[in-house]
Amino acid sequence: MSDLIPIRVTVNGRARAFDVAAHHTLLEVLRDDLQLTGTKECCLVGECGACTVRLDGRIVDSCLVLAVESDGGEVTTVEGLAPEGGLSRLQAAFLDEGAVQCGFCIPGQVMAADDLLGRVARPTVAEIHEGLAGNLCRCGCYEQITAAVKAAAEAGPG
Amino acid sequence: MQTFTYARPATLAEAVATLEAHGPDARALAGGTDLIIRLRDGSVSPSVVVDLKRIAELRPGIRDGDGWLSIGATTVMTDIAADPRVARQFRALAEAAAVVGSVQIRNRATLGGNVCNASPAADTAPALLVYGAEVVAVGPGGSRRIPIGDFFVRSGETTLARGELVTSIELPVPARRMSAVHLRRTRRRGHDLASVTLCCGVDEAGVARLAFGSVGPRPILAVDATGVLADAGAPAEAKAEILERMYAEASPSPRSMRASPEYRRAMLRVLGGRALRIAIDRLAAGE
Repeated sequence: MSDLIPIRVTVNGRARAFDVAAHHTLLEVLRDDLQLTGTKECCLVGECGACTVRLDGRIVDSCLVLAVESDGGEVTTVEGLAPEGGLSRLQAAFLDEGAVQCGFCIPGQVMAADDLLGRVARPTVAEIHEGLAGNLCRCGCYEQITAAVKAAAEAGPG
Repeated sequence: MQTFTYARPATLAEAVATLEAHGPDARALAGGTDLIIRLRDGSVSPSVVVDLKRIAELRPGIRDGDGWLSIGATTVMTDIAADPRVARQFRALAEAAAVVGSVQIRNRATLGGNVCNASPAADTAPALLVYGAEVVAVGPGGSRRIPIGDFFVRSGETTLARGELVTSIELPVPARRMSAVHLRRTRRRGHDLASVTLCCGVDEAGVARLAFGSVGPRPILAVDATGVLADAGAPAEAKAEILERMYAEASPSPRSMRASPEYRRAMLRVLGGRALRIAIDRLAAGE
């Protein structure tokens, strides 16, 4: 067992201080230590995007970030996109468009879509495909996911 | 994941000292998009991981001046792809950076990491070869510049010495008008390592440069100074003869799961011809 390293991270707006092992990823710490299980573990090689979170303003695969690397940073997970019990416009659009089948990839898809809409207010279909290219859906709901992102964009921010 | 000691040096000197002290037992960490996969699958097992991202001298950024564009080693692909100076002067590098992995990967993967990982499929390598980039490295003996063509040895191996790390990659602003393009072939669109990754550049003096990766142990640069390749009106047979000599340098692995050697050679011809036409068109259009 390696030594524990104290880190300070703001997670979903709340300042946290805790100890992490050097070899533990941000994904592991979010899920196992902070019980933020919306972020999913899946491929562990940065291909599927199920573990997507925002770190210091940019989305990353949290399976490819050591928790200790996030020291001093700001993390937003899917739990932080809307007040507890509520839904962001984007999340609601995913439900409205039937974009969720098994649901496992959806937190990552929503994080990537949220990031895209933050950069491009009215993305084209090609831009949606590119923005979400790092998120795989084994149910094959890509049509509905694309429609949800488009609908959320048309509805405006919120 | 296996355990290791995490080092977070604040200065370049401290990082060099740690890397030198531990030699092959230490691994430098920049974006981690390759390293963390390899730490997890056990294909590397360093005792020390040296995080380079808190070193003041290694802050990410792109600086120009003195006829060079200097890209800090920790600059991520997202920022290289979006930089107007890179897009204007080194468009093929911007194109290559824009197709590395996904948004999530590009937000993390660094140019220094891409070259130091020395993957034969590194997408930025062909453009760096075509533009004549130099790698700036700092080590126990001080700083030195390594032409990118002398940097790659084979997959995972560079000519960096013990204790050395890359601080920036510098691109000379071409003295003559030059246009280039990056093209790649992947199994699927979106997010995959390249089966062939390639860059072609032509300049107004008629010099054509073709660099390609993922078709051998290291990316290769071939140069045609006869003027034939860069000449839009030159006979196709004359061009084909020169291109075939260039492609002969390729030696794709028969053991790769991504594509057979036959397929890679075939796609190398397709992409090479296509890239040459695009580069000539861009030069003519002043792009």
